[in-house]
Amino acid sequence: MSEAVLEISGVSKRFGTNLANDNISLSLGKGEIVALLGENGAGKTTLMSILFGHYMPDSGHVRVMGQDLPPGKPRAAIRAGIGMVHQHFSLAPNLTVLENVMTGTESLWSVASNTGPGRAKLMAISERFGLKVNPDARLGDLSVGEQQRVEILKALYNDARILVLDEPTAVLTNIEAEKLFSTLKDMARQGLSLIFISHKLDEVMATADRVVVLRGGKLVAERKAAETSKAELAELMVGRAVKRPVREASTPGETVLEAVGVTVRVDDVDRLKAIDFHLRAGEVLGIIGVSGNGQTLLAQLLSGTAKRTSGDLVLFGHGVGDLSVADAVHAGIGRIPEDRNKEGAIGEMAIWENAVLERLSGYSRHGLVDRKSAIDFAGRIISAFDVRGGSPTSRIRLLSGGNMQKLILGRNLIEHPRILVAAQPARGLDEGAVAAVHERILEARRAGCAVLLISEDLEEVMALADRIQAIVGGRLSPPVKAEDVDTRRLGLMMAGEWEQEGVAHAV
Amino acid sequence: MRFERREHRPAALVIATPILAVVAALAVAGLLIALAGAPVLTAYWKILTGAFGSRLSTTETLTRAAPLMLTGLAAAIAFRARLWNIGAEGQFYLGAIAVAATSSHVLAGLPSAVQIPLLFVVGAAAGMVLLLVPLWLRLRFSVDEVVTTLLLNFVAILFVSMLIDGVLKDPTAFGWPQSVGIDSAAKLPKLLARSRLHIGLIIAIGLAFAIHFVQSRTVFGLQSRAAGLNPTGAVFAGVPLARTLVIVAMMSGGLAGLAGAIEVMGVKGYVTTDLSPGYGYSGIVVAMLANLNPLGVVLAALFTAIMFVGADGMSRSLGIPTYIADVTVALSLISMLIAVFFTQYRIRR
Repeated sequence: MSEAVLEISGVSKRFGTNLANDNISLSLGKGEIVALLGENGAGKTTLMSILFGHYMPDSGHVRVMGQDLPPGKPRAAIRAGIGMVHQHFSLAPNLTVLENVMTGTESLWSVASNTGPGRAKLMAISERFGLKVNPDARLGDLSVGEQQRVEILKALYNDARILVLDEPTAVLTNIEAEKLFSTLKDMARQGLSLIFISHKLDEVMATADRVVVLRGGKLVAERKAAETSKAELAELMVGRAVKRPVREASTPGETVLEAVGVTVRVDDVDRLKAIDFHLRAGEVLGIIGVSGNGQTLLAQLLSGTAKRTSGDLVLFGHGVGDLSVADAVHAGIGRIPEDRNKEGAIGEMAIWENAVLERLSGYSRHGLVDRKSAIDFAGRIISAFDVRGGSPTSRIRLLSGGNMQKLILGRNLIEHPRILVAAQPARGLDEGAVAAVHERILEARRAGCAVLLISEDLEEVMALADRIQAIVGGRLSPPVKAEDVDTRRLGLMMAGEWEQEGVAHAV
Repeated sequence: MRFERREHRPAALVIATPILAVVAALAVAGLLIALAGAPVLTAYWKILTGAFGSRLSTTETLTRAAPLMLTGLAAAIAFRARLWNIGAEGQFYLGAIAVAATSSHVLAGLPSAVQIPLLFVVGAAAGMVLLLVPLWLRLRFSVDEVVTTLLLNFVAILFVSMLIDGVLKDPTAFGWPQSVGIDSAAKLPKLLARSRLHIGLIIAIGLAFAIHFVQSRTVFGLQSRAAGLNPTGAVFAGVPLARTLVIVAMMSGGLAGLAGAIEVMGVKGYVTTDLSPGYGYSGIVVAMLANLNPLGVVLAALFTAIMFVGADGMSRSLGIPTYIADVTVALSLISMLIAVFFTQYRIRR
């Protein structure tokens, strides 16, 4: 590390009563990679938004290359050489790679886009950093990893010297992530300075030179990566020692749910292709895959909101064909939806209404809602599942992600379902909430519930699942025993490589 | 300056909002009255006496309020489920003409106790049909119902115009385009003798309470609210989305059709193409002013009726245009929308 290219000093930002950033100072050297580590709500994204001019800080200032950066002006930040790679890409899927990269670099009043020099510059950058792309490909046709590459190229095209990446691996497979980090290291060697936001300890340890830990809006620690450990970082991040639970050995019972060659066609495309699985009482079957490979539809199929095209579902030994939501709930299938804000909750409605909406027949008489017993039900969930931040009559939107997820888990698990379909149950939750959700899932497994866990988090699946199947392009791999695989093998399975060797290990 | 979402909305604020909106609208309207060269405070006084100054004006205001309550309820119930029914005007006319045709040609001679309820059903059914068509187009082909319901207004009104100049034309009206009159047994009983005030007002208020009960207490109310607030979440929870919307559309279109029915049966006795001074469109304003609350609709309809009737009185005595009523009602809608925004957000620098 040589001279500081970026200095953030004394930055504070308050939202309402919440102090999102409390007097934070940090610096970044030329060619350095700094990881900004913290849980959700620790203030990482707020800090980076201030750096990039999306927010005005209440106090403090930012200096780039020794020059003060005017606050609240993204254009000034870009001109000063700061490039931002957002978690949700800010790219247009209907434009080509080149058009996306050049967007915003030309005057609105120019008659024609000057693509010649633009193309040459893009190719030169892509060559220099080993970020291969086809400039004429339509962005929407690219994989998520490639789209991220375009987002990085776009920042570099604007002559970024400092690159900020917001949770860059959230959408990538393991293999894509490894590739990304080797690219980042290469970029640092060439003199770029990088900050990446993360809450994954592995990648922080493997990639960063220095780790800055934020908690509750405060900078709580700064460590050289070489001089710290995952355990120390985890404790700094959470503020106490948190251990995710791991399943203990068990003997699964009889098969309760089976899919036999199920195909689901949406808009004339087979999104699920002749999938097979069987799920036994008292076990967790992990379905792992990068999002967008059909797991959403699989969850919908089992939740009663999607219909089969062919094949059959066998529930407790009987072929049931299609499930409706009412069938699923009535049969004792607990459902944890992939997107808790869109599917799992109706934000403007009360917690009690959200608790009973999917089981209204049990909480109504002659078409009238039995408010009292519904509120009572919500109260029982809140106390049994340690839901904090709301009473039965407050709107569910007021709950944090973790507490909302506990409520959703609670409304399903409190009545001891025989099957639990959990899609991405810990996505976007902080470490403490993840541990709580995992503990509940294992508790259900101990009680004999059959759990289908759909996830893209390798660690989660390794810790909870007895058996694992990968989902790629709508097809399911044969199951493998969790003991027989490592993350490397699972990474390959997630990339679709199971035919060659996977079958031999099938259970 | 930034806006932040309020997490708690104090009840006092929710009640104060529409009142403040009305006050702000009146203040701005005052500027226009001053521009027109009339004394502002006198003008306000004339609006008030124009609406309530005599037995006649009071009953007239209440007579005006009844159809506004029904069209307001029609809009409120649909908007709450995110069904954008802009077609209450057309549904109103279709309800009215259906009642005139049925009463004069089919039910004539039957006693009131039979005829009146049947005609209510006929009027409501006509309104329903006109809304179910756009809903079907939306569910089947994803056609935006804002466009279809709005345009169907013109279709409906021209259709009515064709009928009252043709098969349903009143032969005794000296060539005026007006429909045949309803049977005398179909006339709604008056609430007060020697006035135009009829039981339609009681029916409208009763329906407002009934709808409030349905929305706040029943399974259907909970489900339709969920469907409006978050369709994806409602589907996940097993709410039958299409069926819920069909029922909502039947209620909404039915209320607008009923508004047309009671206006014919209670006030006019026959249909002309100026039967409604924009009741269907004003219903949207009423619903928004009431923040889509059915009980609030009753009060908002009353306010709108006061403005319209009162402005007539003010116009007569001060010689300024009655358009001031339209402007004030429109301004109060705009200030209400702004006020609703401020009950949901607070300002931060």
